[in-house]
Amino acid sequence: MSGQKFDNKIVQWVDERLPIFSVLKESAVDYPTPKNLNYWWNFGSLAGFMLVVMILTGIFLAMNYAANTAIAFGVVEHIMRDVNYGWLLRYLHMNGASFFFICVYIHIFRGLYYGSYKAPRELLWALGLLIYLVMMGTAFMGYVLPWGQMSFWGATVITNLFSAIPVVGDYIVTLLWGGFSVDNPTLNRFYALHYLLPFVIFALVFLHLVALHTTKSNNPLGIDVTGPQDTIPFHPYYTVKDLVGIGVLLLIYLAVVFFAPNFFGEPDNYVPANPLVTPPHIVPEWYFLPFYAILRAIPDKLGGVLAMFGAIVILFFLPWIDSSKVRSAKFRPIFKQIFWIFLAVCLVLGYCGSQPPEGQIVVVGRIATAAYFLFFPLLWVLGKIEKPKPLPQSISAPVLKGASAGHAAQKMEKA
Amino acid sequence: MADTSTSASGTPPEGESRRDFLLYAASAVGVAGTALAVWPLIHSMNPAADTLALSSTEVDLSSIAVGQAITVTWRGKPVFIRHRTDEEIEAARKVDLAELRDPETDDKRVKKAEWLILVGICTHLGCIPMGQKASDPKGEYGGWFCPCHGSAYDTSGRIRKGPAPLNLAVPTYTFLTDTSVRIG
Ligand code: HEM
Ligand code: FES
Repeated sequence: MSGQKFDNKIVQWVDERLPIFSVLKESAVDYPTPKNLNYWWNFGSLAGFMLVVMILTGIFLAMNYAANTAIAFGVVEHIMRDVNYGWLLRYLHMNGASFFFICVYIHIFRGLYYGSYKAPRELLWALGLLIYLVMMGTAFMGYVLPWGQMSFWGATVITNLFSAIPVVGDYIVTLLWGGFSVDNPTLNRFYALHYLLPFVIFALVFLHLVALHTTKSNNPLGIDVTGPQDTIPFHPYYTVKDLVGIGVLLLIYLAVVFFAPNFFGEPDNYVPANPLVTPPHIVPEWYFLPFYAILRAIPDKLGGVLAMFGAIVILFFLPWIDSSKVRSAKFRPIFKQIFWIFLAVCLVLGYCGSQPPEGQIVVVGRIATAAYFLFFPLLWVLGKIEKPKPLPQSISAPVLKGASAGHAAQKMEKA
Repeated sequence: MADTSTSASGTPPEGESRRDFLLYAASAVGVAGTALAVWPLIHSMNPAADTLALSSTEVDLSSIAVGQAITVTWRGKPVFIRHRTDEEIEAARKVDLAELRDPETDDKRVKKAEWLILVGICTHLGCIPMGQKASDPKGEYGGWFCPCHGSAYDTSGRIRKGPAPLNLAVPTYTFLTDTSVRIG
């Protein structure tokens, strides 16, 4: 123990036995943060905020919910109509999932644009993707709980994906269902897992932060911090900035909750599940649409499933696929354009996923799928041929112009 | 490791290998034990005894006119029973097996040619194909059409077009009389 760290005696006493206060001080107060972070760096903390909102609203919903196919649909309506503020809890939770995904998607694309996945942040990136995967599982199972038509048919189609696996596929599907179709045992286990997984996410977020605080934050210039002159303490600068972000997020999120609570939803999910009638057009929640489009683009069952999972798995390898050492797109003129094209491709895929698979949409979906996968080899080649713009000498250098302009030019070949 | 005196005095090789053996043996027992302990957890997720017991359904066919079809539930799944017309039977028999993705003759898929009995679940991702009602689209091959991703089945329930890999499954069934059948 290195002597007196805190003025308060009790805090000091506790800290000597369990260093929660030191850890907090190091990681949320003194934590040296690059001084040039822009607003795109808000979305990590916003996603964390949404996780807390989801867990809180979820726990109170759970107090009124019952996972039984005979009553689940009615019980959700009971939450909406009879439980005090039940409508608010449910709409916060339902739309919270969408806003959680919005934050995470922006957070991921931020990482892509500024090269935050590159060394030494490979594991930080991988942990982020793991969180994203578990989130998708959680949201999928949550959507089954209200036991509407989309709940049921979404669950049927997605669990059936596993039947594409050769030999063991059917056993896996039966194991997932606990029966011969999506039914009461399925609803029960999905509820158990839907309650569990957010806490798994919580643990993964913790590891994500440990990794972050080991490698430290990337920044819009994508260059390493050279010394204390490049950083400012996390508190109060970024705590306040994060709070501003939370304010803006709440403004939009609550506007949707109060004025358009079913904006992201599907009317079919207000029809009770009917195992004998498939709705004419099954669509997953919007955050799954690009993957759904990839699934349907390949006219082969196993191929479609592999492509869909492959679209995510390949992201884990991105740090090794991208052969350029320059992180930020600011200094990579060609990558910058390809980045925007990739983003557009993802949006087109999302649109295709939302449409019935007929005519032109099929063709567009296939082209977009090919473009999605082409992005990765292209990144590899690009790193070899692209000539990056000169990198500034340090984070402070562009600000203290005159003095270091000459140095910056000298350093350009460093990359 | 804790025993520095032995290693310092130069451990005889067989002493190390006996320890290694004990380590491997203990690890193997540990792994096997863990696997045995995990199995009940996994198996508890498989269908329970009462779910398995709900396994047969009896259907009276006398009210189904030629050209009509009904849907019954068996193990929570829809089962299609179609009273086929002569043209439908003819069309199903005429198909060249080489054209089929999942080659099967019509004879092998029915017990009585006029009664086609199938599990009404698309073999792609489990939607229920349309084609049971007179007003439903039946697809290019006159059987069923799955709206989810566009699979088309023929009048024998065989896959002809779209992403589904297999023919609609034929459940086990027995005719109790000429007009009643037990599925399962
Ligand atoms: C990662 C965080 C979470 C996500 C992304 C998520 C997502 C969802 C989604 C999409 C729904 C369907 C909403 C609807 O259409 O009605 C749902 C329902 C539900 N969730 Fe969550 N959830 C999360 C955390 C939790 C937690 C921690 C709990 C419980 C402790 C919980 C309990 C429930 C309950 C009881 C329902 C059914 C009631 C309803 O449909 O509104 N959720 N969840
Ligand atoms: S589920 Fe029938 S075509 Fe996909």
